[in-house]
Amino acid sequence: MNVIVFIKQVPGTTNVRMDPATGAMLRDPSDTVLNPLDEHAITEAAKIKDGQPGTVVTALTMGPPSAVKALQEACARGADQGVLLSHKAFAGSDTIATSRALAAAVRKLGPVDLILAGEKSIDGETGQVGPMTAAMLELPAVTFVRRLNLEGGRIRVQRLVEDGVEELAVTLPALVTVVRDINNPPLPSLRRYVMAKKMTFPVWGPEELGLKETDTGLKASPTRVVKVFSPKFARSTAIFRADGEAGLDASVQAVIDLLRTKEILKKGGA
Amino acid sequence: MEQNSNGIMVLAEVRGGAIHPVTREMVAWGRKLAGQFSRPVTCVIIGIDPDDPEDLIRYGADRVLSVNPGFTGNSPATPTAGLFVDVIREERPAIVIAPATTSGRTLMPIAAARLNTGLTADCTDLAIDPKDGLLLQTRPAIGGNVMATIKTPNTLPQMATVRPRSIRPLQPDSARRGQVLVKTYEMPDSWPEQLLSFIRDERKEINLEEAEIVVTGGKGMKTKENFALLEDLAAALGAGLGATRAAVEAGWAPFTRQVGLTGKTVAPKVYIAAGVSGKIQHLAGMITSETIIAVNEDPEAQMVKVADLAVIGDAPAVVEKLTKALIHLKNKRKGGA
Ligand SMILES: Cc1cc2nc3c(=O)[nH]c(=O)nc-3n(C[C@H](O)[C@H](O)[C@H](O)COP(=O)(O)OP(=O)(O)OC[C@H]3O[C@@H](n4cnc5c(N)ncnc54)[C@H](O)[C@@H]3O)c2cc1C
Ligand SMILES: Cc1cc2nc3c(=O)[nH]c(=O)nc-3n(C[C@H](O)[C@H](O)[C@H](O)COP(=O)(O)OP(=O)(O)OC[C@H]3O[C@@H](n4cnc5c(N)ncnc54)[C@H](O)[C@@H]3O)c2cc1C
Repeated sequence: MNVIVFIKQVPGTTNVRMDPATGAMLRDPSDTVLNPLDEHAITEAAKIKDGQPGTVVTALTMGPPSAVKALQEACARGADQGVLLSHKAFAGSDTIATSRALAAAVRKLGPVDLILAGEKSIDGETGQVGPMTAAMLELPAVTFVRRLNLEGGRIRVQRLVEDGVEELAVTLPALVTVVRDINNPPLPSLRRYVMAKKMTFPVWGPEELGLKETDTGLKASPTRVVKVFSPKFARSTAIFRADGEAGLDASVQAVIDLLRTKEILKKGGA
Repeated sequence: MEQNSNGIMVLAEVRGGAIHPVTREMVAWGRKLAGQFSRPVTCVIIGIDPDDPEDLIRYGADRVLSVNPGFTGNSPATPTAGLFVDVIREERPAIVIAPATTSGRTLMPIAAARLNTGLTADCTDLAIDPKDGLLLQTRPAIGGNVMATIKTPNTLPQMATVRPRSIRPLQPDSARRGQVLVKTYEMPDSWPEQLLSFIRDERKEINLEEAEIVVTGGKGMKTKENFALLEDLAAALGAGLGATRAAVEAGWAPFTRQVGLTGKTVAPKVYIAAGVSGKIQHLAGMITSETIIAVNEDPEAQMVKVADLAVIGDAPAVVEKLTKALIHLKNKRKGGA
């Protein structure tokens, strides 16, 4: 089987501090990680490979040259090889332009049986890249998947939706986006890390993908970010001190009054 | 841009064979955007025969378009998205919005890719730019740390998924009149995806993401026994129960209750945080809540700063007292009526 896993390098979240004045997130630009859900996607691909010897797992990412780090991480976690899509013409891609580049790379990689992606990233957080790429490749998009089992040329999946779990059988090829429930990614062994650190990856630009530069990046992105601003975190806070019995009563009353204003509790008497 | 396409299309949320109430919120957004332009708001329902399509007209739609796939049974994403694209191509709306639910977040990107147009995810605000008439789509990203306003300037339709509870439904108006249309397609009945079963989540507990009110406990609840007090408070309020990662790690609540960057994102009308410090990774999951109430012994806690109302004191004691007061009110109401 040929399995392709879409991975994205995202800003790390371990050393985040908040600028107390502006509320902006301060972080170290060299602190990047593999998007958490993509770890789950890679782990699932590795599981499939265990059950189906001969399976080739390819990690695919579009990003800056430093995204090789994410590919190495993916290989430490079970991918056999990786491809980096990187070129200045890709800069400023929205989800449509990102998906178009990924779809072109999938076509170039040859017949694929299964594509796995995260349900969403922790930075852009759109959750659009998986289903958009599937649509461009004319593959079924099977989203929010929490269980995946291979059955011949089909997969049987469970989708986690608002009010329950949907079970589907899907004929391959297909694209699946995974949620956290699907597995528990184990920590790769040191040996695999050492091995992955030595791996190198082909780097493809628009030319290798058969795309015109105008079909990529900002030029090919139908959306435009026209304004970015920090949400105002701090609100004007009404403070009540629950000191002593009287303070406690007054505080509880203040909460109840606010719940009434918000129509959580009936107004008037009760 | 096409001159004749000025309508606003709203995709109905179909769940369990019925129209989900979040659809009324989407219709309210449609009306708001139609504003002074008197643009028609069309609500599209795919795959079911709605019991009461006029309901959506009372809530603000001008047209209700019911799309019948021509076969019975549940339609998976591929045929549903296919019908959706066909309807958009025929109707040529300027704007298409859908709720940012598992269904909307699946169908909209498929449709946008096939129509080669832009899609903005999970918006919390929509407006029309008075300068150029384009849709201004505002959404939180990067764990609620930035807000971005996005436009789709050169392609149509302008598409957006919209976070549930980002607007209130309009007051229903029984005098409103509109059109109810039915379109029947002859879709084949075989697709790569086949729905085998649906297991409804029968647990009585309230779905965190959909709750109008969420009560969350953190490390400041001190013990597992104290944390359990929050269950009583949640029950008294009809609230969803959340937890911080620290509380989950302490074993006081299962991971499914975790709110934050690596847990769930909620945006209820009221969020009550008891003994929660308000670290950025927690705020990421709840900062867009309409009203925030913090209970914390530390007046300098970040959660207190982001709250509309803060009670400075011992969280278990405040929670217990509040629960008692609410139960007392409830009993009084029952007794009085
Ligand atoms: C503040 C902000 C808001 C934005 N809002 C929008 C918006 O509303 N609409 C829009 O079209 N664009 C938007 N963008 C641009 C968008 O973030 C980028 O296009 C981004 O490269 C992909 O989107 P995502 O991070 O949301 O991915 P998601 O769709 O959330 O990612 C899901 C999965 O897709 C795969 N994937 C995603 N990106 C890549 C990649 N580069 N390489 C390989 N696999 C990948 C991974 O498996 C990932 O887990 C926004 C950007 C910013 C900074
Ligand atoms: C990558 C990453 C992802 C993360 N994801 C999440 C996430 O999804 N969700 C999440 O919640 N966290 C997440 N975290 C953890 C986050 O950084 C915080 O550690 C966590 O939110 C703290 O939980 P807390 O507020 O319960 O505990 P603490 O930070 O320990 O705060 C306890 C609070 O209770 C108050 N308190 C103490 N005693 C009392 C009392 N008797 N009465 C009243 N108040 C009292 C204290 O003043 C304090 O403000 C993540 C961290 C990382 C690095």
